[in-house]
Amino acid sequence: MIPLSWYLILSAALFSVGLFGVLSRRNAVAILLGIELMLNSVNINLVSFWRYGDVTQMAGQVFAIIVFAVAAAEVSVGLALVISVYRRRNTVIADEIDLMKW
Amino acid sequence: MTTETLIWLIPLPPALAFFLIVLFTNKSKALSHTIAVGAALLSWLGSMIVFVRALGVEHLGEHPFESSINWLPTGDTWLKIGVLVDPLTAAVLFFVAWTVLMIFLYSVGYHNFGQPAGDHDHAGLPPHGATIEEHGHKHVVPSIEPMYSRFFAFIGLFAFGMFTLVVSDNLLTLFVGWEIMGLCSYLLIGFWYGKPSARNAAVKAFMTTRVGDVFMLLGIAYLYSATGTLSFREIFTEEVLHTLATIPSGVLGLSAAGLIGLLLFIGTVGKSAQFPLHVWLPDAMEGPTPVSAMIHAATMVSAGVYMVIRMFPIISLDEKTMAIVAFVGAFTALFAATIAVAQNDIKRVLAYSTISQLGFMIAALGIGAYVAAVFHLITHAFFKALLFLGSGSVIHGMEHGVLHTGNHKVDPQDMFNMGGLRKKMPITFWTFLIGGFALSGFPIITAGFWSKDEILADAFGHGHIFVFATLAIAAFMTAFYTMRQITLTFLGEPRTKEAEHAQETPWTMTTPLVILAFFAVTYGWVGIPEHFPLLGGLVPNWLHEFVGGTLAEHPEAVEFSPWPLITSFVVALGGLFAGWLVYRNINSPAEDKLQISFLKNKYYFDEIYDYIFVKPAIWVSEVLVSAWMDKGFIDGILHIFGPATGGLGSFIRNKFDLPVVNRFFGDGTADVTYWFGGKLRAVQTGRIQQYLMFALVVFIAVGAALYFFLLA
Repeated sequence: MIPLSWYLILSAALFSVGLFGVLSRRNAVAILLGIELMLNSVNINLVSFWRYGDVTQMAGQVFAIIVFAVAAAEVSVGLALVISVYRRRNTVIADEIDLMKW
Repeated sequence: MTTETLIWLIPLPPALAFFLIVLFTNKSKALSHTIAVGAALLSWLGSMIVFVRALGVEHLGEHPFESSINWLPTGDTWLKIGVLVDPLTAAVLFFVAWTVLMIFLYSVGYHNFGQPAGDHDHAGLPPHGATIEEHGHKHVVPSIEPMYSRFFAFIGLFAFGMFTLVVSDNLLTLFVGWEIMGLCSYLLIGFWYGKPSARNAAVKAFMTTRVGDVFMLLGIAYLYSATGTLSFREIFTEEVLHTLATIPSGVLGLSAAGLIGLLLFIGTVGKSAQFPLHVWLPDAMEGPTPVSAMIHAATMVSAGVYMVIRMFPIISLDEKTMAIVAFVGAFTALFAATIAVAQNDIKRVLAYSTISQLGFMIAALGIGAYVAAVFHLITHAFFKALLFLGSGSVIHGMEHGVLHTGNHKVDPQDMFNMGGLRKKMPITFWTFLIGGFALSGFPIITAGFWSKDEILADAFGHGHIFVFATLAIAAFMTAFYTMRQITLTFLGEPRTKEAEHAQETPWTMTTPLVILAFFAVTYGWVGIPEHFPLLGGLVPNWLHEFVGGTLAEHPEAVEFSPWPLITSFVVALGGLFAGWLVYRNINSPAEDKLQISFLKNKYYFDEIYDYIFVKPAIWVSEVLVSAWMDKGFIDGILHIFGPATGGLGSFIRNKFDLPVVNRFFGDGTADVTYWFGGKLRAVQTGRIQQYLMFALVVFIAVGAALYFFLLA
């Protein structure tokens, strides 16, 4: 059986890729994608801890499902905002959306 | 119930009535007067039982009903509160109980109980009448007094004061009752406080009697320091009296007894309106008429005379004091009688008459005629209460006439507006006639004759010819102005339309008149001297035996002499006849030869007092104290302090507050914060990825720090 640490390494790698994407990509849609990656790396963590822990306790799987739901909602709100910003300012570049500047 | 317990209870019902009315039944007029009259009835009943029991005791003067309890500790002795009924108290209690009850009953009618509320009556003003519709047309009827309940509460308290004063066995509780009455007289004279004249009269009465009361309190204090007790029975023992008579007081060469007597007598001068403190009593006529009757006949002014009669054993110790008492009494008797002749207000005539008659009593006391003074006190209370209530009835009848004609300019108290009322108000007329004749001393029949004759006989018999002559002239004038009053009011033809429409008053008012008239006649018969020609000895001279027993030495009855008797006859009948003769055809003040301005203005005493006391007092308060002391001196000092403090304040503000506190601490802190904020705001770029980058860096830094410090 594959040891737990492999999953955790995968999960950490995926999280780092997502985080890098969020911080480095200029396109707002790509930033959202990065966030999705980070959320799913968390899901891998949750499920693998469940599988290697007490299998009768369903908490890990339930949390994973809740994270899906939150991620879906977050993406829909995020995309809606991006579309709304695009309509007004004709851009999806995060650096150019600096209305909250001093 | 023992007699002593009963005596304790006599004063309480009216006091209870006062509190009940004030606290609970103020809204209900019927309930209020029921309580008040019921309380008066209870006190009356108690007084009558005590009186009857007192009659049954032999040598009551030596073994009176008495009972006392300790009240206030003063060092090693106690001030006591107690009751005492000796013959004097019993006799006084008798007339007080009767007159108080009659006046309470009369007040019900006088304040128009059962009539509708007035059209535009205000509390604090006399009722103006109400319009009602009857048989299809409107007419005006008397309206009920707006402050009906309040009146009964006040006279209840007043009655409490009087009963307390009469039954108390020491000067302290007597003084308490005395002052309660002083307060009530103020409240009642100013009962219609909406009238400025009533307000002024109330203040005047209160201030004037206060002068006497201060001296009286001094006398009480002196007596207490000299004897260590205020109880009558303890003071009137031979040794205490002897000590008082022998200690010199150091004032005017009087003995201690003389000075105490004089100080207490000044209290009486204020309370019984003797010269020179008489000025308040005529003005007190501003109050409702039952109040006039109460203050001027049954209670308050009698209380003054009662007190000197009570203190007679002390006063009689010093001849100088007695001479002063006799002089003041005789002078007042004549002086007030002369003023009464020129007054046109029906109540003012009676007011001056009261002052004059009280002078008779004081004079009688001053010449040592103890029993005669008591006798005249009692008979006078009956017939003067009768006359006041009768005059109230007349005024009431006249007010009815005024309401009928609607001409409110007619003064219902002016005797020249009356005339011919004997047909309109027969009960009032006959009772008033009896009262008037008693006041004049109409021979043989009336009570006033016997008491006044006894005073004159005593004055003559003891050789006080000056007092005798003064009182005889005063008696003549008394008869004269009484007949003038009766003639102007009741005889002849009505002089105004209002008098034509006058109406007899309701039974609540006439019943007291009839009962009092009964006493005004019969009470004289208990004191007929034994040596009186024909009548003497037919009825035993009960009063002399009974009241005389109060004193340790039973006073001798004066020997009979025809001269004072003849004088009594002549002055009474002569005065009455002269009064009728002069005034039967006079219809207006202009025809009245005796309207001398000097008399009409009461010898200008009000004006003199105004100049001597009132104006200087106003000058002191307005000019000296207000303008000079207050505005000049004290405000001057304040005006120095004001700017000085202001200067100090602005110095501190400019030199410390503004530069140090405001500029350095206040603005300094703000500037630094502003500068720092300005530098720091560059961080807010508005770029989401930068923020996240910061967050990540901080997260890693904090995480590293935690790891380093906590785990490693």
